[in-house]
Amino acid sequence: MGKIKTTGAKALLECLRREGVDTIFGYPGGAVIPLYDELFHCEFIKHILVRHEQGAGHMAEGFAHATGKVGVCLATSGPGATNLVTPIADAMMDSIPMVAITGQVRTEVIGKDAFQEADITGITMPITKHNWLVKDVNDLPRVVHEAFHIARSGRPGPVLVDVPVDVSRAIIEYDPDEAQKVKIKSFKSDFKVHPMQVKRAAELIAEAKKPVLYVGGGAKASGAHDEILTLAERVGIPVTTTLHGLGTFPEDHALSLGMLGMHGTAYANHAVHNCDLLIAVGARFDDRVTGKVSAFAANAKIIHIDIDPGEINKVKRADVSIVGDCRAAVTELLGLVQPRTDLAAWQAETGVWKTDFPLEAPNGDEDGQMHSEHVIREIARLTDRKTVVTTDVGQHQMWAAQHFGMRSPRQFITSGGAGTMGFGLPAAIGAQIGLPDAQVWCISGDGSIQMCSQELMTARVYGLPIKIAILNNQFLGMVRQWQEMFWQKHYSHVNLEQAPDFVKLAEAYDCVGLRCEKVEDIESTVARALEITDRPVVIDFRVAKETNVYPMIPSGQTIHDMVTTKPVKMEQETANAFPVSPSVVAEGMVLDAEAENADQRLPRAGEVVDVAR
Amino acid sequence: MASSATMMAGGPRLQEQHTITVLVDNKPGVLARVSGLFARRGYNIESLTVSITENPEVSRMTIVVGGDMDTLEQITKQLHKLIDTLKVVDYLDIPMLERELALIKVSADPGQRAELMQLVEIFRGRVIDVAEKTFVVEVTGSGEKIDSFEKQMEAFGVRELVRTGRIAMMRGPRTV
Repeated sequence: MGKIKTTGAKALLECLRREGVDTIFGYPGGAVIPLYDELFHCEFIKHILVRHEQGAGHMAEGFAHATGKVGVCLATSGPGATNLVTPIADAMMDSIPMVAITGQVRTEVIGKDAFQEADITGITMPITKHNWLVKDVNDLPRVVHEAFHIARSGRPGPVLVDVPVDVSRAIIEYDPDEAQKVKIKSFKSDFKVHPMQVKRAAELIAEAKKPVLYVGGGAKASGAHDEILTLAERVGIPVTTTLHGLGTFPEDHALSLGMLGMHGTAYANHAVHNCDLLIAVGARFDDRVTGKVSAFAANAKIIHIDIDPGEINKVKRADVSIVGDCRAAVTELLGLVQPRTDLAAWQAETGVWKTDFPLEAPNGDEDGQMHSEHVIREIARLTDRKTVVTTDVGQHQMWAAQHFGMRSPRQFITSGGAGTMGFGLPAAIGAQIGLPDAQVWCISGDGSIQMCSQELMTARVYGLPIKIAILNNQFLGMVRQWQEMFWQKHYSHVNLEQAPDFVKLAEAYDCVGLRCEKVEDIESTVARALEITDRPVVIDFRVAKETNVYPMIPSGQTIHDMVTTKPVKMEQETANAFPVSPSVVAEGMVLDAEAENADQRLPRAGEVVDVAR
Repeated sequence: MASSATMMAGGPRLQEQHTITVLVDNKPGVLARVSGLFARRGYNIESLTVSITENPEVSRMTIVVGGDMDTLEQITKQLHKLIDTLKVVDYLDIPMLERELALIKVSADPGQRAELMQLVEIFRGRVIDVAEKTFVVEVTGSGEKIDSFEKQMEAFGVRELVRTGRIAMMRGPRTV
């Protein structure tokens, strides 16, 4: 097309267009005014105005999670850029393709502690795949195209391009077609699957008596769900998934073991503990999965498939490693793996564990309380099977992972590696913008939702019908659980009883607020929420206060240390569940009384409050 | 550029050492990316040298790392993941040459100068600066040789010591 003459800002937008970007999430500021001036005239990019740069970052992540495309966020220099740090770190941990564009002070004052200056490339060096400070406008188009290439290639991840304000304003004469031809001689991402390793893997699969497939986020990212289903069914291999693997294998399938790890199902953990072959597909043997590494799948041979060579042998030594795209690798495997019918005994063994150690979701029949597990199961039952679920971080996240029953790839969007509270709401916004026709639910907690609740405004402005289910137990529940189990119930700074009225908070943002306090009202409340299609709905589910996520394998321990239900000697819970228990009345009553008082300012128990106008 | 704390302190080597050569793009910030990677992943750097190469677009780092074979494997793989990294060589199965250069400022009283000169000769060093009370001696060789030369100099009084850190090259016609 030959050379064109334009400004840095306009060239940057042209690069975005050529990379297929139609949506960016951002917040203006001094150093990005030239970019916003171009956006003012730009017809091919929809800019979503957020209320905090952190929200922009998480929205870009949610967008990328849901669509598989690269998420793009934009912020100004200094604090605008540093507010992106948490989402960038989050995207790095969870391998989310994201391009962050930040403004920077004028090149001539860089390093002089100028107003709103921050060394954002220095700050984000350890949490990006790569980053650039573009000091010469002639480098800008090439760098932006390289940024997208690196973000989406190989193991996806975040990159950052820092653009000084004078570079945005500078005039550039360049050939857009030439700039788009990315050649990075030092970057290798297209690892071809090694046929010899595939052959050895197929041999191990043919010999195994107790194989287990261990499917992670890499399988989701490469879209390997169909191939994994075929492999599992052809051989008869039970499948467990990581938190990010959820949905990649349908949980209503007979071979599904659900999630493994610290809060995984007992049957998944028993299966992994007893297996003789563990086939890891796009999973990285995270500490929340393995517990004590030496005891994890201790008697199993390991096949490790991953596109990142750095993951092979990082935590657990693999007997066979296949470096490459998960989908390509499993496809190659399918060419060699023969059907088997002799694994019935192993399937029966895992079946017994499933029967003996089911996940429990008390429906309130015993104690009259509304339990988060039950609420999540009800939401799953009452919504579409492809409902996109985002979560925040904590107990509600683990309960959602355990009980929602994911069945579709890319259905479950959560902050796994980084564990970022505040992720859920903006991620839901990003997912809804990426998938306008999808039903999007954000399952959150009363702690997490307060970390990014300002984005309710963003969701309202764009008329997004996302549902935010707050499982409100008036505690920072996961920390409280650890304090209960491991720190002699020293409930240090985890009491969140003094919280905003979430119904009124929703109302303040012109969203719909609903409250649900009784088990029998769950269905009607969810139905009411589903009727609303033009704005967000916040539902305050007043759930049981002191319940724990089980099963649990305490950090760094083994399956033999798994806690499946609350021990009877844990008086607190007994007191709450059965208020007449004589031995602990005193302690229990104090807490119950507090709860009573706290509830007095709220509407009548069980009443579904609809404050929508 | 170089530091080799454990060796300079004369203390025991705590663990295995490996020498790796890393070719990187000659760009600003690359050293920070490499040293940052070592810091955040908890790898030990015994010494690190950086210089330009026959190709002006490429810099060459020689890094001496402490750790077992598993650690070395991880270091190599993680270095490969840096976008600016062109090549990593660990010399595990490759015959190689290693050299280090040291400058030592040593007390040289007139009565001891002959003995000092003799030792410098034995170690094939050179006196490159002579003052009223001091010599500056230049010596090159393996890390062990420089360690032992330093030990010999202690008898005279080492006033200052600087070492370049290790550089390495394959033997024979092969190149990195």
